[in-house]
Amino acid sequence: MSPRVGVVTFPGSLDDRDAQRAIRLAGAEPVALWHGTTDLSKVDAVVLPGGFSYGDYLRAGAIARFAPIMASIIDAANDGMPVFGICNGFQVLCESHLLPGALTRNDHLHFICRDQKLRIENTTSAFTYGFNTNQEIVIPLKNGEGSYIADERTLDELEATGRIIARYIDGNPNGSRRDIAGITNEAGNVVGLMPHPEHAVEAGFGPSLDGLTFFTSVLSRLVNA
Amino acid sequence: MARVVVDVMLKSEILDPQGKAVERAADRLGYSTITSVRQGKRFELQIDGPVDDAALASIRELAESLLANTVIEDFTVRVEDN
Repeated sequence: MSPRVGVVTFPGSLDDRDAQRAIRLAGAEPVALWHGTTDLSKVDAVVLPGGFSYGDYLRAGAIARFAPIMASIIDAANDGMPVFGICNGFQVLCESHLLPGALTRNDHLHFICRDQKLRIENTTSAFTYGFNTNQEIVIPLKNGEGSYIADERTLDELEATGRIIARYIDGNPNGSRRDIAGITNEAGNVVGLMPHPEHAVEAGFGPSLDGLTFFTSVLSRLVNA
Repeated sequence: MARVVVDVMLKSEILDPQGKAVERAADRLGYSTITSVRQGKRFELQIDGPVDDAALASIRELAESLLANTVIEDFTVRVEDN
């Protein structure tokens, strides 16, 4: 039986269907999860998709963080379940304190939508396991509040412990500290990424197929568990 | 009915691009003595019952968990006279 990977739909989520498609193409069974329930439907992993949950009211991710399903996800993540937050999902993970730091408005104030080159620097997390160290990939980036911020001590700790999973290369698109595009928690099971791998998983759509590896990574981890 | 106001501001060391944009617009409009603009949020909470220490403590708890993200923001809580 293939692993079951849940995708949460909050009011205002946009990329939940694309995330489900990426999970299916990677060989897992996508399971739609509704924000208003606490039931994780026995999934093996969870993706928090991109979009504008609750219209980005208050702060991006701030209200979604208190959705009923998040209590179950936070408990499961603390027990080791893989959780992948993409874009708005990354913001929700920071607001939930499952990941350190915060994402703030792009330093130039413009919404950015472009293909972005990244360097994968961590190949041990649940979602980057299948990459080669320092592999360069290109996937779409689209955000208005993607500037990653944390205090210097936290940034130093992230660097020292290899928890920066991906950095922007060929130009920092949003003012993120130390060109950070994504990070993981200490255990490596919770991963947040600002660009969108779920839009680069199928020939003919998107700039590459590089995004698929994030989803096949967690799959191989779950199958071998 | 008492009113409690929670003001939330980005910490001083955090770049405030919105404030900067407002600052530049003010300068274009000729307000040349304004040297800096920081933009924040103001929440007005109507409170049923007395605003005692317990009520203020619970509002601070709300401010800390929901209204502000203390990684990047500071907040103040004050009671406003009606």
